[in-house]
Amino acid sequence: MEQYEIIIVGGGPAGLAAAAAAKREGVDRILILERDRELGGILNQCIHNGFGLHTFQEELTGPEYAARFIKQVQELKIEYWLETMVTDISPEREVTVVNSRRGVCILKADAVILAMGCRERPRGALNIPGFRPAGIYTAGTAQRLVNIEGQLPGKEVVILGSGDIGLIMARRMTLEGAHVQVVAELLPFSGGLKRNIVQCLDDYGIPLKLKHTVTAVRGKERLEGVTLSQVDENGRPIPGTEEEYVCDTLLLSVGLIPENELSKQAKVVLNPVTNGPVSDESFQTSTDGIFACGNVLHVHDLVDFVSQEAENAGKHAAAYVREGRGGQKDVRKAWEDCTIVCAGTGIRYTVPSFIDIQRVEKEIAIRFRVTAVFENCYVELLADGQLLTRKKVRVLTPGEMAEICLKSDEAEKYPNMSVLQIQIKEA
Amino acid sequence: MGKEKELVCICCPLGCRLKVFAEDGKTCVLGNHCKRGKEYAIKELFHPMRSLTTTVRVKGGAYPLVPVRTNREIPKEKIMECMKILKGMIVTAPVKTGDILIKDIAGTGSDIIASKDSGASFQDLDKML
Amino acid sequence: MYDTVIIGAGVTGCAVARELSRYEIKACVLEKEEDVCSGTSKANSGIVHAGFDARPGTLMAKLNVQGNRMMEELSRELDFPFKRNGSLVVCTDPADRDRLTELYERGIKNGVKHLRILEREELLSLEPHISEEAVCALYAPEGGIVCPFGLTIALAENACVNGVEFYLEQEVKQIERMKDGWKLTTGTGKIYETKTVINAAGVYADVFHNMASRQKIHITPRKGEYLLYDKEAGEHVTRTIFALPGKLGKGVLVTPTVHGNLLCGPTALDIEDRDGVDTTAEGLWAVQEKARLTVEHIPTKAVITSFAGLRAHEDGHEFLIQEAEDAPGFIDCAGIESPGLTSAPAIGQMVANMVRNKLKLKENKKFQKTRKGILNPEKLSLKERNELIQKEPAYGNMICRCEKISEGEILDAIHRPLGARSLDGVKRRTRAGMGRCQAGFCTPKVMEILAREQNIAWEEITKKGGKSRMVIGEK
Repeated sequence: MEQYEIIIVGGGPAGLAAAAAAKREGVDRILILERDRELGGILNQCIHNGFGLHTFQEELTGPEYAARFIKQVQELKIEYWLETMVTDISPEREVTVVNSRRGVCILKADAVILAMGCRERPRGALNIPGFRPAGIYTAGTAQRLVNIEGQLPGKEVVILGSGDIGLIMARRMTLEGAHVQVVAELLPFSGGLKRNIVQCLDDYGIPLKLKHTVTAVRGKERLEGVTLSQVDENGRPIPGTEEEYVCDTLLLSVGLIPENELSKQAKVVLNPVTNGPVSDESFQTSTDGIFACGNVLHVHDLVDFVSQEAENAGKHAAAYVREGRGGQKDVRKAWEDCTIVCAGTGIRYTVPSFIDIQRVEKEIAIRFRVTAVFENCYVELLADGQLLTRKKVRVLTPGEMAEICLKSDEAEKYPNMSVLQIQIKEA
Repeated sequence: MGKEKELVCICCPLGCRLKVFAEDGKTCVLGNHCKRGKEYAIKELFHPMRSLTTTVRVKGGAYPLVPVRTNREIPKEKIMECMKILKGMIVTAPVKTGDILIKDIAGTGSDIIASKDSGASFQDLDKML
Repeated sequence: MYDTVIIGAGVTGCAVARELSRYEIKACVLEKEEDVCSGTSKANSGIVHAGFDARPGTLMAKLNVQGNRMMEELSRELDFPFKRNGSLVVCTDPADRDRLTELYERGIKNGVKHLRILEREELLSLEPHISEEAVCALYAPEGGIVCPFGLTIALAENACVNGVEFYLEQEVKQIERMKDGWKLTTGTGKIYETKTVINAAGVYADVFHNMASRQKIHITPRKGEYLLYDKEAGEHVTRTIFALPGKLGKGVLVTPTVHGNLLCGPTALDIEDRDGVDTTAEGLWAVQEKARLTVEHIPTKAVITSFAGLRAHEDGHEFLIQEAEDAPGFIDCAGIESPGLTSAPAIGQMVANMVRNKLKLKENKKFQKTRKGILNPEKLSLKERNELIQKEPAYGNMICRCEKISEGEILDAIHRPLGARSLDGVKRRTRAGMGRCQAGFCTPKVMEILAREQNIAWEEITKKGGKSRMVIGEK
């Protein structure tokens, strides 16, 4: 059985940044496992720009952003296997992989970093009634067809869901000569970035219909049309509001879910809100020596934040390996003595979920999403009910991840803090 | 003749609804909450600029396409004209990231450059395995 | 001149074809779709019924019990997934206990073995998620589950290898009687002359019967909607759970599938459109509500897809398997609704016997009774699997991450007899695209393989034949 210090599952933005960071910390035997033919992950099909403003202070396209990290990995001489699928990870950190050159092999790691990213919710998860013809794609699949394979899925397009990929694909399909008739969104607001709504929809006169969903799919062979209906506050279609659209293509951009098959196999406890692993401030999951970062942990909207998070995860995994902790510690038990991070009023979830206050060096960034749109509000951190710090924010929306820092000098005042609560307070 | 426009500000997640007017060389922006919003609105009114990202067919590359972009923003109304030029185009591998494929496309002053290597990283497969 | 032309490559037509291939015969199957198993046979519960449901003395009852008994050996011969997981008919109202006893007695009369009535406690020990309301249940250990595609495709491939011809995308439009047989004309103008016709056309069986015979029959397409759940919900129940028909109607079944998913359904709605396989909001809602009557805590969020199928309901609710009185040589297999899948092996045998006697067929000495399914590398030992990948590297290239299907399996599906030509064809043979991401990840990859292996352009690739093209071409 081949032995590595750190095995990283996934060669996308998270995996690359984690690998580079761990290597820089002095870990030598690192292996990245990537299922595609090249490194870079989903960034390779995200040919639009807007990446890297935080990390490189310039606007890059997806492939350009990926290339910068691929270069680092290559310069650092980090080993990677392409076209390699990880089929199993045991809690003992035995990683089973398959590819056509080596066949099936089992690798052993001192630490594993999960960086598999996320996947799109399919139509079935929405229970959209109707026929099941050709011409219904998730936005990401359509993006791959258009940007990598050079194939246009169709000409007359309706998009359900206003997530960023849906918005990006509305513009992309329009540029390629398709007619995007409408983008329908079930919620009263779009989960996409403002900039994408303006530059992908408004620029091309594509209407965004909030509080609408697809209630019928027509066409037995190829899609022939869909029905859109308005929905009530519970998301239920309102009879009598049906509108018919004649189209040959329906793109779905209705949410992303962390890839959690391998996490489950590794017996990692999942957070039911994020669908990703529960983690502590070192990005360790509930399984000793298994770390997680990027979209596999929780779905991000900016890749820059993925890279940052992954870099931290890589450093922590390196420290773990260095300290020779590669045992079978009961992490869940250890967490009992940690501070629990608790999502209070207005907060949907936080990452991390546990903090070992003693281990906080300078500060800890706590990332979170809010439950609704808040304007001119405070984000507050409470240590066992005592206000620790707060910051004023102009606007917070569920579509944009936010963060607040817990500084070590503040935390030190509460060495026995059992609950750290984050909440939103209207100003 | 005066000009006016309603738009949503993209400078921050607040998404202010802006109204911008211009007459006799004077401009007025309503609905903004900051200076950036005002500048954005005026720019959008007179000369909205955009980056264009798309793909170009490539012969002999790892994939049938190579992604490309403008190296500086182009006038918004020129986007479709540029797309037309790029659609008929076929380049031959190898193409390297940053290679200029078209100079000064459609008289915009912007070049079309490759944003990825046409045959990137495939040869590494043998090396690494 | 053919000895036999079979109309329809569903499970019935394919079972008849396979049984007929035991004899020296010139036979063919005409199918209007681009693949076998494209109608009723592809969208049903996949249940191998024990046989307590049908009225004693009916053909349905007899063939059900026979088919059930044949299934196990057949699954070994033809290498398709089958599991005898047992069924439970759950009674949730003490007032209905008599009806459960009635069902038990009916089963005994039909010859179903090992039937037992379980009281609540034992029931709960077998199935912890059974409803709070459950009073007792009829337990039929003989009940089973099968992959409906696996069964149908296996029968078809075996028939094909044994000499039966299959013509796909050949929709029969006209049937005329000749002096010594029948003349069938298809939509493409092809003519097939034959001594006998087997009408195994599912929801279209009445159309063809009525072309040949003056004694009209009537088939109603009865729509059934289903919800399919992720494998994470697959162990929610281990047996097939039926609801005892009661005041609230027939109920739906909750069952694991042979591949480890959970399946709930079907509803029952009589419709007119013989291709009306669209799901409805009401139907899908009803499936969830009704499933809850027998099984609790089904994880609603784990639904990965929904679908609808049509049962070929004949007015008399009985299998019509006979030579039409006024149409010699025209043999109907009509009204094959549930338990049609279970009965198929028995129907095949029965019809083949009828044809053999009629045409005095001789045994086919070269008949090969076994068939190997698509090799699943996951079932091999590590050593065997690595030897396979070394020899055929395509088995190391994973295409479908959810179901862990390799390129090697997809190549096999495309190149075997009656191989896959479309995405759905690949999906039904290999399960690539059937998992939780519902083909989001593997679609472009499978398209690439289909284009390469069939030497066709991407825009010629279809989801399921006809006009179901996946893309409109190079942009």
